Amino acid sequence: MEKGTWQVKAGLAQMLKGGVIMDVVTPEQAKIAEEAGACAVMALERVPSDIRQAGGVARMADPSRILAIMETVTIPVMAKCRIGHFVEAQVLEALGVDYVDESEVLTPADETHHIWKHEFKVPFVCGCRDLGEALRRIGEGAAMIRTKGEAGTGNIVEAVRHMRAVMGEVRKVQNMNEDELQAEAKALGASLELVRDIKHVGRLPVVNFAAGGVATPADAALMMQLGADGVFVGSGIFKAARPERVGKAIVQAVTHFKNPEVLAEVSKDLGEAMPGLDVRTLKQEQLLAVRGW
Amino acid sequence: MTKVGVLALQGDFAEHLQALGKLKVETREVRLPRDLEGLGGLIIPGGESTSMARLMDIYELRGPLKERVREGMAVWGTCAGMILLARRLVEDRPEPLGLMDIEVRRNAFGRQVDSFEADLVIPALGDKPFHAVFIRAPVITQVGPQAQIMAALKDGRAVAARQGRMLGTAFHPELTEDLRFHRHFLKMVRSRAE
Repeated sequence: MEKGTWQVKAGLAQMLKGGVIMDVVTPEQAKIAEEAGACAVMALERVPSDIRQAGGVARMADPSRILAIMETVTIPVMAKCRIGHFVEAQVLEALGVDYVDESEVLTPADETHHIWKHEFKVPFVCGCRDLGEALRRIGEGAAMIRTKGEAGTGNIVEAVRHMRAVMGEVRKVQNMNEDELQAEAKALGASLELVRDIKHVGRLPVVNFAAGGVATPADAALMMQLGADGVFVGSGIFKAARPERVGKAIVQAVTHFKNPEVLAEVSKDLGEAMPGLDVRTLKQEQLLAVRGW
Repeated sequence: MTKVGVLALQGDFAEHLQALGKLKVETREVRLPRDLEGLGGLIIPGGESTSMARLMDIYELRGPLKERVREGMAVWGTCAGMILLARRLVEDRPEPLGLMDIEVRRNAFGRQVDSFEADLVIPALGDKPFHAVFIRAPVITQVGPQAQIMAALKDGRAVAARQGRMLGTAFHPELTEDLRFHRHFLKMVRSRAE
């Protein structure tokens, strides 16, 4: 009986596919998310749009908050640690969370090194903006990848940019000749071994979700049609006027992402979506996606 | 030609479709009741049983699915899929389909850090042990007179059962390269096909 293997770490992400992972800050919200059909929840101190407003240093959530959420729902519970903060990750593993998100939404603890994730039993998900970044994180042991997007903006533009970058680069590598892969690995800043895997399998070696700006069912279905395996929704649910309805609608949109009739139906009467931000008006120091490399 | 459907509401349905593809079976993703028409068999994949149950309710799949099983469609549930096939759960949610005469406990081994891999001896599949992947896996806590245990862990806990044309496994054959379970299910599907 072997625990904490790559197979079971990457395997849990495979079980989450076709599903929606929702940010929650209280056990009550976690309950609403589970009822809406979420396949997992992300337990947080604040949702990203509130982290933006609060400013200062954003850290791992209080363990008692995470535990209260774990006790309330039976679906997997994820929690975030700061980039490079391997002790926060150790704490989250000790709490028994099901997945750790080494996240740019929190203030980075190390601007040079990400966590060496292979030595943990708990699996990790990490953000990326392109294929090179995705493969660097997988090389460090991430068992699941998500686009960074621009969290807390309710604006899908960055998530689209990042998903198109990843999928486009995968297609490019797939069509390369074997003797071109070393130079491509160098350009991507990724290992030749992982680049070769992409060429032969034709996709990332782990599950890839969309995140960072999903606010409507159509946003979620857009990301699925661009090739995402599932969707994270942060502020988009509990900052909307009617969280239950929006949550259920996004869950259905991810299942029926290729069916415009269903998408039209579930998009009706959702009330006011979360307030959005034009990413171009943000100052460099307000951008979250540029954290980590 | 027998067509096999995979319930594609949420979870690792693509992995099952890929395994069936390797066995050259015609497949269909099932999301709506009309997708069940003409299927010889249906696989309910791994995933989150509460999400799948929720989506089955919204699109009114429970009735037609049970009806098709009564008419002879073979069905196989892996992990969350087995939870949904059970007659009863130890927990009060989600509401299962109640098709197999088994009682199931969800997350029976603990949280994700307790997920594991183990070799199982499964007489129905031959002498070679089956390498099984358990992810936040359930176990079968009771078996009624109509169902038979197919596989158990070393400590005796039941992790696979069969009842007529229905099959439930607590683990994920679709995550490994070993296709013996998929072949076994196809035999069940074809045993009735005209």
